Parts: sequence; C-alpha cells; structure tokens
Amino acid sequence: MAIVETRQLTKVYRKGQAAAVHEIDLATRDGEFLVFLGPSGSGKSTLLRMIAGLEEPTEGDVLIGGKVVTELPPRARGIAMVFQSYALYPHLSVARNIAFPLKAHGVEKEERLERVGWAAKLLGIEHLLDRRPRELSGGERQRVALARALVRKPTVFLLDEPLSNLDAKLRASARDELAQFHRSVRTTTIYVTHDQVEALAMGDRIVVLNEGSVRQIGTPHEVYDNPADTFVATFLGSPPMNLLPDDGIIAGFRPESLLPPSAVQGEAVRLRARVTHVEWLGSERVVYATVDGGRFDGKKVIARIPVSIPATFEEGRAEELLVPRRQLRFFDKASGKRTAPPEIAWQ
Amino acid sequence: MAVSTAEIEGVRPYARRRLRGARLLGLALFSPAVLYIVALVGLPFALAFLYSVGNVTVGSVGYRFVGLENFRSVLQSPAFRRALLNSFVFTICTQVIVIVCANVLALALRERFRGRGLVRFLILLPWVAPISLGAIGWKWILDSLYSVINWTLARMHLVNLFDPPMWLGEPALAMASVILVHAWRMIPFSTVILLAGLTSIPREIPEAAAVDGAGFWRTHFEITLPMMRPIINVAVLFGVIFTFTDMTVVYILTRGGPYDSTQVLPSLAFFTGVLGSDLAEGAAISVFLVPILVVVAALMLRIAYRAEVT
Repeated sequence: MAIVETRQLTKVYRKGQAAAVHEIDLATRDGEFLVFLGPSGSGKSTLLRMIAGLEEPTEGDVLIGGKVVTELPPRARGIAMVFQSYALYPHLSVARNIAFPLKAHGVEKEERLERVGWAAKLLGIEHLLDRRPRELSGGERQRVALARALVRKPTVFLLDEPLSNLDAKLRASARDELAQFHRSVRTTTIYVTHDQVEALAMGDRIVVLNEGSVRQIGTPHEVYDNPADTFVATFLGSPPMNLLPDDGIIAGFRPESLLPPSAVQGEAVRLRARVTHVEWLGSERVVYATVDGGRFDGKKVIARIPVSIPATFEEGRAEELLVPRRQLRFFDKASGKRTAPPEIAWQ
Repeated sequence: MAVSTAEIEGVRPYARRRLRGARLLGLALFSPAVLYIVALVGLPFALAFLYSVGNVTVGSVGYRFVGLENFRSVLQSPAFRRALLNSFVFTICTQVIVIVCANVLALALRERFRGRGLVRFLILLPWVAPISLGAIGWKWILDSLYSVINWTLARMHLVNLFDPPMWLGEPALAMASVILVHAWRMIPFSTVILLAGLTSIPREIPEAAAVDGAGFWRTHFEITLPMMRPIINVAVLFGVIFTFTDMTVVYILTRGGPYDSTQVLPSLAFFTGVLGSDLAEGAAISVFLVPILVVVAALMLRIAYRAEVT
C-alpha cells in the first residue's frame, strides 16, 4: 500500500511545443482507485507512464510512498502495470508469463509456483496455465495480464485502458470484476481511461484531464454534479450538459434535468422549446429541441426523458419544459469556470 | 428454372472463349518465370548431374557414361575432403560472427541518436559495394608487404616489422582472414533483417518487462531474442546459402591457398572443373553441395510456413 504523488510534473516532448503534461500536482489516497479521465491527447497516458518510470519527466517529481522515485527505473518503484495491449510475452506459456516478474526479482522456484497458483486461482485462470497467449480470448488475456501484475504484490497498480480491447458486453462484466478485485486487494490503483462510464463506475475519485492539465479532481458525484468548468461539464455525461450562453455567464443543466411539467416538483425555471428530433432508446427518449422565445431564443437543448414519464413529443411542436432550480449550474463565459448563481430572468 | 436451348448455346461459346482467353493470359504471364528457371537453373543443374557421371573434359566432344567413378575419385582426394571440412568451418564460423555482430548492431541502430541515418548508411556499405572491390581492398590490407594492419601493429610495438604475421600466407591465419572478410561482407545484410525483426516487437513488451523488473540482459535474452527467433532463423538460413555457395572472397584473397588450406567446395569445383579442365570431376564436387542446400531449403520453407501460422 502506498500513496502516489506528483509534484509540478511536466513533460515537453519537443522544445517550443505545448507540454503534453503541464505542472501536475496530485496525490492518491492509500488504497484508492483513482481514475485519470480525458480525451485522447489529454496527457493521461503520458502522466501514467511518468509515474511508471517509462517516460522521463521534463520537470517535477514523482513520489511513491513518500519517497522521490523520479530517478529510479521502473523495476525499483514497486509498481505493476497492465498495458492496453496487455503486452503478454507471446513465446511464454501463461504460467511463465505470470512467473516472469517473480523470476526477475529472484524469487525461489518453489515460491514462484505457489504464487502463480495463488494469482491464477484469484482470477480464475488455473485451467489456462499451459496455454500460449495467442490461444486465449481477449478477456482471458486481460486476466493473465492482471495476474502477472498482481503476483508480485505491488504497492501500486497502474492500469492503462485495460478494457478498451474488449467487446462491449465483456467490458461491462470485466469492469465489475475489476472493481471487485480492487475491493478485495485494496492496493492503490491508478486507472487511465477515456471512457466516462468506466470512470464513473469504478473510480473512488476521478481526475479529469484536458490538454495536459488537471481540470477537476473529485468523486464521481462531484465531477458529474458539480463540474468545475465547461470542459468537465460537456466531457462527462452523454448527451453532454446543456450550456446556454448569455452575456457574461453560461447557464448549464443536464439533459435528464430538463423535464415535462408533470415530472417536476418544487421551484423550477421554465423553457419553451420546439422539438426538432426525437430518438427513442427503449428506456428513454432523447429529445432535441430549440428554445422558442425568451432570452435564450434559438439555442439548442437536449432532454433525456425516461419512458416512465408519460408525455408525447412530436417533431415541430413547441413544448413546455422545466429545469428544477437546484439542478442549474453557472459558468463564467470568459474563463469557463464555475460561478455563483446570478439573478437572471429566464423568460 | 426454364432456360431455352438457344440461350445456352448463345452463352456458352462466349464463356468458353473467355475461359480460353484467361488461360492463355495466365500461361503468357507464367511462362517467363518457367523459362528463366528452366534455362538458367534447371538446365545447368541437369548438365552438372550428367557431367558428374561422365568423362567430359574442357575441349573434348565425346561423352562416355562412367557411373560413380568421378565421385569415387573425388572422395579419395585429400583436397576434396579438406575443402568439405573447410566449407563447414567457413560457413559456421562466419554465421556465428555475423549473427552476434548483427545483433549488437541492430540493438545499437534501434536507438535514436544524432547521425543515425549516416551510421546506417555506412554499415550497409559492405553489402552494396561490389564484392570484388571490397575483397581486393582487403587483399591489400592483408598483404604480406604493404599490410596496413601490420604497419599499425608494428608502430604499436606489437609485432616485428621485419617478421610480420602473413595474414594470407599461413594456413590458420588465412582461414581466419577469409572468414572475417566474408563476415564483414555478410553483417550488413543480417543487420537489416534483424533490425526489421527488432522493430516489429511492440514497444509495450519490453516496457512490460522493465516494469516486471527485468534489466537489459534479462529482457534481451528472455524476451527480445526468443521473440526474434523466427527472423534470426531466416537471417541464418540466407547467410548459410550465401556463404556455402560463395567463392568470391576465397578466390580473390587466397585462391584456396596456401596448400588448399582455405579451399571450399565451390572454389575447388571451379579450380578443378574450369581451370583444371576436368569438367566431370568439377561437376561431381559441386553436386556434393546439393543435399546440403536441399536440407537448408527445406528448413527455410518450414520456417516460412511456421512464421505464417503464428
């Protein structure tokens, strides 16, 4: 168990170019499942690779368990990593793949066998030990990669998009297994992904990254409900948060907060919107509309309305829609940062 | 389905014509390759077999079948046995040196550094330069009087300038020289092949090994080399063929001397059959290359097949 910390960590690949990672300060908590979430090119993988020691930082330090490890090679950092491609050694059997880190650390043969058996059992891959990686399915490979990472009982797990090579159905069950696995070992884990569903479902906390900088760190609830800026507001959530710019400020609310009057109780603001298009997704309807009249006239909004709420939407018709007042978020138009709710008239 | 006979008759000749046309085109495209193989490989090969069981000499017109007489005479000659042994020594030593050096070079050339393009070009030079030019250069470098190596060693007081080593004049040194010069020539080829193999290993695999705790040597011997084995096999097999059948370096540097101590099968066949005018015996010598090369070729096909499967 250990805490991973970065101090002013920066990576510049080419002089004069924008930094891939820019002065990042963050610290995990002990035993935490921390997710780095961001679009491709946001620097999340580079950040992870610097923590692993696979990439040399241009500036700043990495600390693991309170010790500066910036100058240490990966093998001296007490970490284990699962790669996006799993990076299994193709010429070795599953058993020898899992045993490799133990062998590299000079563990005796008897103990090696015992530990490989233990890791294989934990991940339910005992029947695969004699196979070669190419004979395994994607899900099996992912488990072998996890077993290889886990067998050494590292102080920190680093996972680089380990589920992105699995098909959608398998991904959901693998997500659940991974979360359960973390609960059982309680090792500090850093997980990189561009998939917000994975981040929200598994993370104790989420670090939202964009263009090499941290945009927000918080629990899934915090980053989803109280986004720190417009980037976080639109990157999380699908469809993204509705943002209605007005002079100086931007008003925002989630599509699932935009509801027909019958479904809203308490104080709410009122929008008249003309429906342009409706998607029926079985459990909900996604309604695309344009605000009709008022100060936000002509702005596009999206509503997500569960089918359990009785209402019909016809294309071309103007509808009355409400947003509960406590679901409204406001951002500064110039900086994009969250601001206090101003007094504005909605009609 | 009802189809009238008129329809069938109307369609068929056209289809047949088209089929015939396609077959003709196929034959036309195929024949140059067949012609080339028959004329330049098949005929000489058949001729060599024919000569090896006859009594032909340069300038003679008759042909008399003599059975295995030539082979018997060849097998009894000490020069042949020496050449056979030399061929194996020459090939094996060269390939060991080549593979080790090519590995080191490939590892070095994979790294990014200033002037890598220039270094890559220089390393390739021995391969692209005509072998006769390179060998003649080496002949001067190893010359008994003008050897630049001896001059350097003498200046460093390592050898006596008036009694220097005769690089091409003493049997052991001559063999070593021939081996080293041929290795020098073969290294670029193997380096390029191994470099291709090395760069085809996904970057994440050595990274995973580094995170798993392996240092440079463990990563190299337990991960990189085993993963490169198929491509190393290819390099070795090509190297064996190029070395076993080659006589240029031997011919230019030593002419097989001193006292046949560097003679290899191809050069012996050339000296006996062409320069010595005994075509039949020369043919018999070169026929001895066939079983060895057949084994190598079979191995090559097997490896190519396996590389496809994995």
